[in-house]
Amino acid sequence: MGLIFDRDKCTGCMLCPKSCNFGAIEKDDDKVKFDLDKCVLCGSCEEVCPADAIFIERQIIDKEAIAQYKDVWIVCEPHDGRLRSFSYELVTKGRELADKLGEKVVALLIGHEVEGLAESLIHQGADKVLVVDDKILAEYTTDAYTIAVVSLITPRKPAIVLYGATSNGRDLAPRVAARLQLGLTADCTGLDIDDERQLVQTRPAFGGNIMAEILCPYTRPQMATVRPNVFKPTERDTSRTGEIEKVEIKISPVQIRTRVMEKVSEITEGMISVEEADIVVCSGRGIKEPANLELPRELAKLLDAAVGGSRPIVDLGWLPPTQQVGQSGRTVSPKLYFALGISGAIQHCAGMGTSEIIVAINKDPDAPIFGIADYGIVGDIFAILPEIIAEIKRVQAER
Amino acid sequence: MKIIVLVKQVPEVADVKVNPETGTLIRDGVPSILNPFDELAVEEAIRLKEKYEGEVTVITMGPPQAVDVLYKAMAMGTDKAIHMTDRIFAGADTWVTALTLAEQIKKMEYDIVICGKQAIDGDTAQVGPEIAEILRIPQICYVRKLEIDDNGKHVIAHRENDEGYEVIRAKMPVLLTATKGLNEPRLPNIMGIMKAKKKPLEVVTAATLGVEEDRLGLKGSPTTVRKVFPPPKKAGGIIVEADDPKEVAKKLVEFLLQKGAF
Ligand SMILES: Cc1cc2nc3c(=O)[nH]c(=O)nc-3n(C[C@H](O)[C@H](O)[C@H](O)COP(=O)(O)OP(=O)(O)OC[C@H]3O[C@@H](n4cnc5c(N)ncnc54)[C@H](O)[C@@H]3O)c2cc1C
Ligand SMILES: Nc1ncnc2c1ncn2[C@@H]1O[C@H](COP(=O)(O)O)[C@@H](O)[C@H]1O
Repeated sequence: MGLIFDRDKCTGCMLCPKSCNFGAIEKDDDKVKFDLDKCVLCGSCEEVCPADAIFIERQIIDKEAIAQYKDVWIVCEPHDGRLRSFSYELVTKGRELADKLGEKVVALLIGHEVEGLAESLIHQGADKVLVVDDKILAEYTTDAYTIAVVSLITPRKPAIVLYGATSNGRDLAPRVAARLQLGLTADCTGLDIDDERQLVQTRPAFGGNIMAEILCPYTRPQMATVRPNVFKPTERDTSRTGEIEKVEIKISPVQIRTRVMEKVSEITEGMISVEEADIVVCSGRGIKEPANLELPRELAKLLDAAVGGSRPIVDLGWLPPTQQVGQSGRTVSPKLYFALGISGAIQHCAGMGTSEIIVAINKDPDAPIFGIADYGIVGDIFAILPEIIAEIKRVQAER
Repeated sequence: MKIIVLVKQVPEVADVKVNPETGTLIRDGVPSILNPFDELAVEEAIRLKEKYEGEVTVITMGPPQAVDVLYKAMAMGTDKAIHMTDRIFAGADTWVTALTLAEQIKKMEYDIVICGKQAIDGDTAQVGPEIAEILRIPQICYVRKLEIDDNGKHVIAHRENDEGYEVIRAKMPVLLTATKGLNEPRLPNIMGIMKAKKKPLEVVTAATLGVEEDRLGLKGSPTTVRKVFPPPKKAGGIIVEADDPKEVAKKLVEFLLQKGAF
C-alpha cells in the first residue's frame, strides 16, 4: 500500500529528490530516504527513477467495465432565461474531446421552461441535448439537481461529465461525485485526452504556484468542474442538427431539504459578474476613494466589462463581495484584465493569473503585478486612465 | 447544540516559492497555518455555543504536526479535538478525505457540521459537500451569515452565489461551509492557549476508525496526480514609464487592438 521503495535497487542518482515537490525525499548515506508524512504519493519520483526502485501501488483497472462508459456530457446552467456562458465554452471543448474519442457530446439542460435553449447547444456542437424540465427545478437546490444529474448518469453511463466551476456547479458536482463514489477534479483550466483515452485534467494549486495533471483511472464517469472563460466557444453553426430528448425525473418536494426563502442580487444595474465577463476592470487600493471608481466604471462601460476590486476595497464596502477577485473572492480568467492600483499580492494573483492579457497600471515600478503583466504602465492611474478612456472612445467612434 | 468543525493545516501559500531550476515547490521554511476559511468556521461555532450552549468539537485529518491547528482552535474556544492521523490516511484525494472524516463524524452526535469554503492549498471546495452527502444531510455552501430559527431546529443562512446571495432555511443536522464575511475570527489569548493544553484530544488511526485500509489514503482515492509542473511562464511583458500619458494610452490601445482584445 502506498509508496514502496526498494533500497537495494536505488543507485543514489539523486534524480528523485529534485523531482519532488513536497520535500519528502532526502539523501541518506549513498541512497535516499522518504518522509512519508510529507509524501502525497504524486508519483513524480516513480517517473524519474531510472532504476525502478520506486513503486507506487495503485488499484487495478477493470478495462471491460470502463469501456461501457461513452460520451462527453456537459452540465449546462440556465440562468435568467439564458445559459451561463461557460455552457457554450464547455460544449466547444467537449466537442474537441469527443472527436478525439470518436464519441458524442451530450448537453444536460436542467431547469424550468428551458427547452428553448436546447437548439443553441446543438448549434454550438452538441449531438444531443437531454432536457429535464420541471417546476421543482426552477430554482437551484442541491438536492433536486443532484437527483436529476445522478438519475441521468446512472443508466446512461457517460465517460466524462463536465460542470462549470460556478457557485452552483461547485455545490452540485461534489454532491454527485460522493453519491456515485467518484473522483472529481476542481476548477480545471486544461482538459485533454491521452493515449489511453483517459481525461487529463489540469488545474492550478497552491494559489497558482503550481499546476497538477490529474487522472481518474479506475472509475467512470470522469468528472471535473471547469473554470469559466478559459476555453473559447466557436462560432455557432445554425445549420447543425441534433437530437433533443425530454426526460422526466420524479423529484418530490420532501426530497428537497433546503428552502430558498429569498434571493438578493448585489450586482447593481449595469454591473456584470466578474466571472463571466470577457473583460474585467479591477481596481485596488490605489484608487484611493470610492468616488474615484467612476473612472474604472466608465472604462468598463465602454468595453462591456465587469467592474472588480481587490480585497481591501471590497472590505471597505466600495464594491459588493461578488466583485472581489482573488483567493477569497472570485477566480476569473477573462480575455483582458485591467489591474488598476493593485500591488499584485499572491492572493490577488491566484484569482486572475490565468487571464489572457493583463494590463497593469501602478505608480510603483517594483509592484509584483508587473511580474505577470503583459502590458505594464508605471504611472499614476488618474493621469493615464482618462487618456486611455479618451483613446478607446476615439477608436470606437472610428469603427 | 452540538457542533463539529473541520479544520485543515495548510502552508501559507503566499510564502510558497518555486525553485527556478527544478520548477518544483520550495516548502522548507514555509510556515503552516490554520486554513483561513476554517478559522471562520471555528469562530462561528464558538459564537453559536456562546449563544445557545452546547459543545464544539474540532477535527482534522493530517500528519502529526497538524495537531497545531487543533490547539489553535481550542485556544480560540472549542471544547475538544480529534486528530485523525495515520500513514494509511496519506495520499487521500477529496473523496477519501471526505469519507475518512465522515466515518468519524458518523460515530458522533451533531446538529451542525461547519467546514471552510475551501482549503487554500488545493482550493477544491469539495470536501464539505462530499461529507454532507456521505452523512446524508443537507448542505449550504458559502455561508456569509448564519442564524438559528426561533424553534431551535432550523438554520437560516445567507449563501453567497454568483449574483449576490440567497437566504436558505434547512433543518438540522446540516453541513455549512464558511466564506468571507461570516465573522471576524478572534485571536487566541494567553488564557485560551493555557486552557487548550488541558482540553481533551483524541487520536484516531485507521484501526480505531474501523475502515478497511483499501478504502483509505492513496489506495482508496479515485483520482491520481500524474504530474505537477510550474505554470507556463509568461513571455516577459512590455513595461513602460508613463512620462507622456497620451502617448502611453495610444500605444496601449494599439497593442490591445492588435491582440484583438476588444
Ligand atoms: C487569506 C488571505 C486571502 C486573501 N484574499 C484576497 C483576495 O481574494 N483578493 C485580493 O485582492 N486580496 C486578497 N488578500 C489580500 C492580499 O494579500 C493583498 O493585501 C491585497 O490584494 C492588496 O490589495 P491592493 O493591491 O488593492 O492594495 P495594496 O497592496 O495597498 O496596493 C495598492 C497599489 O496601488 C498603487 N497605487 C497607489 N496609488 C496609485 C496611483 N495613483 N496610481 C497608480 N497606482 C497607485 C500602489 O503602488 C500599490 O502597489 C488576501 C489575504 C489573505 C491573507
Ligand atoms: N484533512 C482535512 N481535515 C479536516 N478537514 C478538512 C480536511 N481537508 C479539508 N477539510 C475541510 O474541508 C474544507 C474544504 O476543503 P477542500 O475541499 O480541500 O478545499 C476545508 O476548509 C476544511 O474545513
